[in-house]
Amino acid sequence: MFRSALFAPVVVAGLGLTSPVLAQSTVYIPAILELSGAGAVSGTNFRDGMLLAIDEINAKGGILGKKIDTPLLDTQSDAGTSRAQVQKVLDNKPYVILGPVFSGSVLVDMLLTQQAEIPEIVGGEAAAITQKGNPYVFRTSFGQQFSMPKIANYMRDGIKAKTVAVLWVNNDFGKGGRDTFIKEMNSRNIKVVADISTESGQADFSADVVKLKGANANAIFVYLNEEESARFLREAKKQGIDKPLVGETTLLGQKVIDLAAGAANGVRGHVGLTVDAPIPAVQEFAEKFKKRFNYACDHNGIKGYTAVYFIKHVTEKIGKFDSKAFAQAAHGITITPKDEPGILMEATWDKNGDIDRISFLGEVVDGKQKIVETLPKLGN
Amino acid sequence: MASFIQLLVSGLATGAIYALIAVGFTLLWQTSQTINFAQGEFVMLPAFFVLAAMNAGAPFWMAVLIGIALSIVILGILFKIIIVDPMIKYGVLPLVISTIALSLFLKESAKDFYSSQAQPFPALVPAIDIRIFDAVVSTQSLAVLAVAIVTVVALNLLLNKTRLGRQMQATAQNATLARILGVPVRRMVLYTFLLNAVLVAVASILVSPIYLAKFTNGETLGIAAFIAAIIGGFNQVRGAVLGGVILGVLDNLSAAYISSQYRGAFPLIILIIVILLRPQGLLGRIEERSV
Repeated sequence: MFRSALFAPVVVAGLGLTSPVLAQSTVYIPAILELSGAGAVSGTNFRDGMLLAIDEINAKGGILGKKIDTPLLDTQSDAGTSRAQVQKVLDNKPYVILGPVFSGSVLVDMLLTQQAEIPEIVGGEAAAITQKGNPYVFRTSFGQQFSMPKIANYMRDGIKAKTVAVLWVNNDFGKGGRDTFIKEMNSRNIKVVADISTESGQADFSADVVKLKGANANAIFVYLNEEESARFLREAKKQGIDKPLVGETTLLGQKVIDLAAGAANGVRGHVGLTVDAPIPAVQEFAEKFKKRFNYACDHNGIKGYTAVYFIKHVTEKIGKFDSKAFAQAAHGITITPKDEPGILMEATWDKNGDIDRISFLGEVVDGKQKIVETLPKLGN
Repeated sequence: MASFIQLLVSGLATGAIYALIAVGFTLLWQTSQTINFAQGEFVMLPAFFVLAAMNAGAPFWMAVLIGIALSIVILGILFKIIIVDPMIKYGVLPLVISTIALSLFLKESAKDFYSSQAQPFPALVPAIDIRIFDAVVSTQSLAVLAVAIVTVVALNLLLNKTRLGRQMQATAQNATLARILGVPVRRMVLYTFLLNAVLVAVASILVSPIYLAKFTNGETLGIAAFIAAIIGGFNQVRGAVLGGVILGVLDNLSAAYISSQYRGAFPLIILIIVILLRPQGLLGRIEERSV
């Protein structure tokens, strides 16, 4: 009797199963993130923001009395690996899945989560993610179809550009952004005089910068991942590019600014999420994040943090752990900081899973991102 | 013309770094028949040694010396004793597989013990623009080029103008005969590993301000240098230098003037052409082996 009582939990643990007692007291919300490879900066920021929120919620008793159980699985910034990780966690019947951040991985994973009817809260920004009629995918930041019109307006009204050059990374994120941006430029009669693609993980940007200089556009739109953005900015400074460099959230992120070591000064653009937002709740979050992880959080940290509070709020609203009911309730929901302080800024999810909230225009000054204007929600 | 000069200088700087790594490939091959598929990771690692030393409070110049010293011990002596010596007796293939395993180990270790995120790395000289025929050329590119040239020239002098170098060459050409003539072959082989460690450390210090220090850096650098060594001639140091320079310049010019989308394909096309027309490499010599 004694031996079998001792033996059973050992076997259960050995098989990688959760014990019934543990399963009853926790809710399984795995996170599939870019913890290594080209997307490591994005993935680790998302992870740390998420862990901060999970610890806060668990310290207060969890969601509906259950602690959040979030194992971390690495996609290695590879869509195939990401899909395999999703397949693996689906076998354990998750309530909701967090991540990934890379759009290419999201586009592959979301077919599996849709089939399994499990909501997936993602960090990807490619426009295509929410254009496929998948009712189980929800964003934590703007899709490109929301952010690019704002940048296009800035190019026309702020920079007063008549011609632009576009430098983009050849992956799902970059291609989606490039396509949407060029469409927006055409609709505003701004001519695209150079259209330059680069590789994910590219280290040497000297040839690309020479081509950009040769294009002699009024402004240059840069749409790369974090590390590539920093390498490009260093090369652009080295070769003395003097045209306005305009980008989206990534280009103005603090990690990019730190890596670019002075070369990011003067960069401008639209920022969907930033810890420098003139909002006390966001700044308080940024301080907590820095204190715990000893580095400055970027927009992906805010995505991770608010994603967990989004799950908490919707779950408490439906009053049960039902994945299908979650997906139904999350469409059309508006969460305000008054209802859920962890959401930081009022946010609305539409019928496609796209998010709408206020955003910002920023500029890098003396190695810091400075917000120069707050833009209202598109739905206002 | 200005753009061409800029691309040329930048390509030469990149090519010079490839050349240093490729020379290491050829040195190890010639003296110990070692094809080191962890060579890229050998270039990635010293940057983290330097950063760790700087985090411990060392100034940059001292951190660089510490980085080179640690590279000599870990990537030179320990690599030879722990990996090469036990495996080489079983032939080239088991050793190749061992170095592939080592590359994975080093990559994951750098990620786990330091960070998965890219780290800024100090440049050797401040970024000042110099105008040459209307082209803006950075002092950083020129410094990379200068350090790489000095390193290759010093290596050449060591190999050709000193007694030690001639003993190393004798070992590379015919170890049995060198041993009969009184050359301490085992020690010469060890020196080659130490030289390779110094070369990769120098390459790491030159490339990291451009690439940023990251655990994945070795993937592209290792492949580029391997291709450079084959193009130039795997059994000739000067061939590896030429291969590296060709690759660096070609990469930049093709990306600017032909297609940035297909820039990765051009070195491979050159590699195929060289293998078809001159399999021993541009400056390599034909090696015959008895079966």
